[in-house]
Amino acid sequence: MVKKTIHEINGRIRDGSVNVVTAEEMVHIVGELGAEGAAKEVDVVTTGTFGAMCSSGVWLNFGHSEPPIKMQKVFLNDVEAYTGVAAVDAFIGATQLSESLGMEYGGAHVIEDLIRGKSIHLHATSHGTDCYPRKVLDTTLSLEDMNQAIMMNPRNAYQKYNAATNGTKNTIHTYMGSLLPSFGNVTYSGAGVLSPLSNDPDYMTIGAGTRIFLGGTQGYIVGQGTQHSSGGGFGTLMVQGDLKHMSPDYIRAANFTGYGTSLYVGMGVPIPILNEQIAQATAVTDAGVTTKILDYGIPSRDRAAVRDVTYEELRSGSVDINGRDVPTSSLSSFKKSRLIASELKEWITRGDFFVSMPVERLPKDISAKPMKQTEGIALVSDIMAVSVVTIAKDASVYDAAKTIMETAFNHLPVVNADNALVGVVTAWDISKAVSQNKFDLVEDIMTRKVITAIADERVAVVARRMDQDSVSAMPVINKERHIIGMITSDDISKLYARRS
Amino acid sequence: MKIKINISSDILTKPIMAESILETGVLLNISQAHYDRSQGEVVADVDEEKFDLICKSLTNKGARVSKLNTPIKWDENECVECSACISVCPTKVFSLDDDFSLIVDESKCIQCGTCIDMCPHNALSLGNNNNR
Repeated sequence: MVKKTIHEINGRIRDGSVNVVTAEEMVHIVGELGAEGAAKEVDVVTTGTFGAMCSSGVWLNFGHSEPPIKMQKVFLNDVEAYTGVAAVDAFIGATQLSESLGMEYGGAHVIEDLIRGKSIHLHATSHGTDCYPRKVLDTTLSLEDMNQAIMMNPRNAYQKYNAATNGTKNTIHTYMGSLLPSFGNVTYSGAGVLSPLSNDPDYMTIGAGTRIFLGGTQGYIVGQGTQHSSGGGFGTLMVQGDLKHMSPDYIRAANFTGYGTSLYVGMGVPIPILNEQIAQATAVTDAGVTTKILDYGIPSRDRAAVRDVTYEELRSGSVDINGRDVPTSSLSSFKKSRLIASELKEWITRGDFFVSMPVERLPKDISAKPMKQTEGIALVSDIMAVSVVTIAKDASVYDAAKTIMETAFNHLPVVNADNALVGVVTAWDISKAVSQNKFDLVEDIMTRKVITAIADERVAVVARRMDQDSVSAMPVINKERHIIGMITSDDISKLYARRS
Repeated sequence: MKIKINISSDILTKPIMAESILETGVLLNISQAHYDRSQGEVVADVDEEKFDLICKSLTNKGARVSKLNTPIKWDENECVECSACISVCPTKVFSLDDDFSLIVDESKCIQCGTCIDMCPHNALSLGNNNNR
């Protein structure tokens, strides 16, 4: 039985006799010496991760202006920060987008610009009070001008993360990157063998108060992160650190096409080896961390799992999906994760960084709940019109015009002899045909590529498709392509108008 | 070497590529083709020594041929070596070294631009021979 205390380990850090290894090196040491031997030999194991962590941000205190202002709204380089806390404090979140540049620039970029020493423009407005008379403020600040700039990330360092693929026929753009059609690629995130929480999955040493490497400086774990779901192996950390000492080597803004901005955060957690159980836990390998590949083509919270997969398979460069070799991409940088684990090792070995015992351990066996929704989720079948007027593909343009006039339907689904949908014709198509003096059959002027919906789809999903494909109505069809209803942008507007 | 062949709308329906290949015996390995109402654009690989031959033949038939000699540009300062680009590249331009450093083999690039959308750090860009 090996039994060490934090006190003893810190004593060794102080006198220079401490033995620190990275979590990758520990795999081999435990393999050679066994857990007990490794626990005797090794005092601290360092972990590291560097990846997109959207739930990140910084608390800033700007100091008081003259005359003073109680900010009600504040924008940093045109990115809104939350300032509903006293007068001149604000939280700039990584994923908040610029009012003028949209997805090109966001809170993450403001944070990186600050670390790089750049000046940022601050614009604040207020209603004015007797104690804070000022109503508008514009100034330019850099990091050194702030009283405090404390990075405070509500949810970082996921223990592991679901890998992503796309079963639809179109490329989709997600926070997991571009996902090619028909399971064309797989992307994943997380450091596997170096992942902080995967190296201490029972949270024997990690908890509130643990001193860590954050963004190139010392930081602390505040406690469990939001959505901490330790029961399923998806624990998270809430962390804080002083932005003024961080480095752009370890904090980087990112843009995910079609999603927005995010922040790449570099974090390393030291694990003091107090006994052989802890030593055993830090021997985890890429092969020992299993996650799922989910189909991000499914626009739902409950995405179907395509298969289980280990980080070893993901890191090999390709995984098998339905008998095909599909290339994989990491979104986290394993090279940087390694660099962080090595740098933390160096700090401890040099005597610049001491390990700590948490004041409270992270909660085990809890799971994150989905949102309680009181309004119910509207389905297409709830709001679609069921009386639909169709037209045969061999009808004349004149017939179509007449039908539109008589029924006041703007969109006529076109059907073949089996009553299956083959196209759609609109008042606009008819106007165009008439203006070109073309009086052919409906099938000659109809749009053949029809954007459709199915009855049990969620309205919010269909509304986005309508928007993306710039149509204002969709036939609702069944498996046989028979038309069972019609959903229009008017129906959707009414649904939301009714609710507000 | 990579070349780009632009075909204007008036000759879009003519098999000028096939004609040029048969006429010159120069092999074209087409890696990308995009046609719409206004024009056609084809990216292909061709033996460097045979370029003049096929270029002349295609030009005679009304196509515009340009060398694609500015492959993807990699900004190592912006890159964090995550490897997001690897799985979307159709020609394996990107790979990871044993120490997980990113390797970029520009000679394989067909300048499709897919990796530009994928890169979370704006570290990849194409020069002036593509409109992206």
